[in-house]
Amino acid sequence: MKAKLKNIVLAAAAVCLLAAPAIQAGTIKVGAIFAVTGPASFLGGPEARSAQMVVDEINRKGGINGDTIELIIKDSGASPEKAISFARQLIEEDKVLAIIGPSTSGESMKIKKIAEQGRTPLISCGAAEVIVNPVARYVFKTPQKDSFAVRKIYGEMNRLGIRKIAVVAGNTGFGKAGKGQLVKIAPEFGIEVVDAETYDKKATDLSALVAKLMANKEIQAVVNWSIVPAQAIIAKNMRQAGWKVPLFQSHGFGNIKYVQAAGAAAEGIIFPAGRLLVAEALPDSDPQKKLLLKYKHDYESKYHEAASTFGGHGYDAMTILAAAIEKGGNDRDKVRDAIEGLKNFPGTGGVFSFSPEDHNGLDISSFVMLTVKDGKFVLYDGR
Amino acid sequence: MTADLFFQYLFAGITYGIMYAIVAIGFNIIYNTTGIINFAQGEFVMLGGMIAISLFHFVPLPLAIAAGVVITMLVGALIEMLFIRWLDNPSVLRMIIITIGLSILIREAALHIWGESIRSLPYFYGNEITTITLGPVRISPQVLWVLGVCGIVVLLLSVFFKVTPLGREMRACAANRRAAILCGINARNMVTFSFMLSAGIGALAGCVMSPITYTQYDSGTPLAIKGFTVAILGGLGNSMGAVAAGILLGIIEAYSISFVPLAFQDAISITILLIILFVRPHGLFGSGEAARLKEF
Repeated sequence: MKAKLKNIVLAAAAVCLLAAPAIQAGTIKVGAIFAVTGPASFLGGPEARSAQMVVDEINRKGGINGDTIELIIKDSGASPEKAISFARQLIEEDKVLAIIGPSTSGESMKIKKIAEQGRTPLISCGAAEVIVNPVARYVFKTPQKDSFAVRKIYGEMNRLGIRKIAVVAGNTGFGKAGKGQLVKIAPEFGIEVVDAETYDKKATDLSALVAKLMANKEIQAVVNWSIVPAQAIIAKNMRQAGWKVPLFQSHGFGNIKYVQAAGAAAEGIIFPAGRLLVAEALPDSDPQKKLLLKYKHDYESKYHEAASTFGGHGYDAMTILAAAIEKGGNDRDKVRDAIEGLKNFPGTGGVFSFSPEDHNGLDISSFVMLTVKDGKFVLYDGR
Repeated sequence: MTADLFFQYLFAGITYGIMYAIVAIGFNIIYNTTGIINFAQGEFVMLGGMIAISLFHFVPLPLAIAAGVVITMLVGALIEMLFIRWLDNPSVLRMIIITIGLSILIREAALHIWGESIRSLPYFYGNEITTITLGPVRISPQVLWVLGVCGIVVLLLSVFFKVTPLGREMRACAANRRAAILCGINARNMVTFSFMLSAGIGALAGCVMSPITYTQYDSGTPLAIKGFTVAILGGLGNSMGAVAAGILLGIIEAYSISFVPLAFQDAISITILLIILFVRPHGLFGSGEAARLKEF
């Protein structure tokens, strides 16, 4: 009797073992490294949540070609060291198909080589141009290039007849890169940068700087390239000093919380951004409008916070990857080829068209000029 | 430099200077009573602002500020009782490391509780773009609040230390701890009270500054560094010296941007600190002899 029981148990175990691979056959593992907590959580939090939202919806609809997606999110806290160890872990131990993220340019640069050597597609949400220039075969990015943001601003200045400007930037990587682009590209548009200053990112008051710039009557506009809180502080200091020249900001201004932080001083700030922030105002023929409205609605109803362009980068990374998986299946190289071959793919940041030379896929038309009116983002129509 | 610019820089400099001076006074109070340099002083400023901002959603502004100050004072007392009180004659180095560790702890706790976003209290009068014109200078009314509140704090403190029994007991502790104990003063309680006082002053400064400078989980550290610089500059332990030194440093920083690129502004204050430490370590207003007698 005991022997018979033992045989039955063994047989059952054997059946389970045989069945197990069949149960797991339909899962594709995707890794994600985001700065969900810590000093860059305004980037990583929305990005992780957006990516999870996309995966949940895909799985709800039956997955991709029958396979469910398993999203493994690792919280790097914006630490490049953690990003490196998570990247290694995801590629070698979890053997993920691809990785989306990280959230910051610093982290992305550190794992660029790891992804390339591990021959694992990486779709980064970092903004720096060096992530895709020089191009690495397996590394892509979704945020727009800051050089396009600069060109958009200068194009607008040409229309307004502004020729002499002051540039102020924070001493972060983002600020320094932006300042470099601003100074480099200005001559192409016939604009003279009269004064370019860098301030400490933790600066609490910039009224001395504003006083110095204001005393120079030649300056017709100010361009600020930084992250919070300096974005709001410079606006307040300028308006408190009674200086009414136009203030241009970077595309890092794209979150309504920053407008609230600057309060009444935010009125009239002009900046380039993706179309997400003014989705309702777009013409119906716009290829992005439908998906922008859907993303905004889904994100805001699920997470009860305003959608920002930053979360959109995470959304784009995941939807691009999903489209590539549809073509390439669970194969890293095929998926890489599929990403590179994507053309006219609408996302939140713009309409993506990748190529072997262009692993960002966006051009200057991905930006629109926005301004703040009555505490809200509206399309800028030139005063 | 035109007259307008001159006065604008002057006011900007005085604004920064007073903020540094208040943090420095916090350093000085604790140093006077205990000989400890409390590097968590910047975090008290941050906590005061953060707590007031959180409470502001439920209670009106003056109450939120008062509650923020009181709660920060309790935190200061708690820190002293948990980490400092039971140490037996600790060395200076040990205390410095402990307070640095505490500042990191408080910072991380703040990051977990409040996240990394910037916050601020609303302007006490007007909003982000209201200005007051004083002659050639246009400043926000909040600046006048900062100057006023800090001025009153300095005044009340000097009265407190000269006239009230508690203040005199604290001075007795600072002058000679053993003699104070022999006179029946509970030195341990004086230490706790000095932490509470420092925390309260820092918190009040944090609340009043918050509309101008914004508060973030890590806004305490740069303030602590500048405040420490100012405390040394004015002579460690000398509160009036701290105020003068603070205003001096603020003015130097403000005027420096007219001939040095703004990127070097912080380097200037650190350079001044280094020069003072080499040339005149007891500070501009401290007495050389008294400094030699102290153990620091």
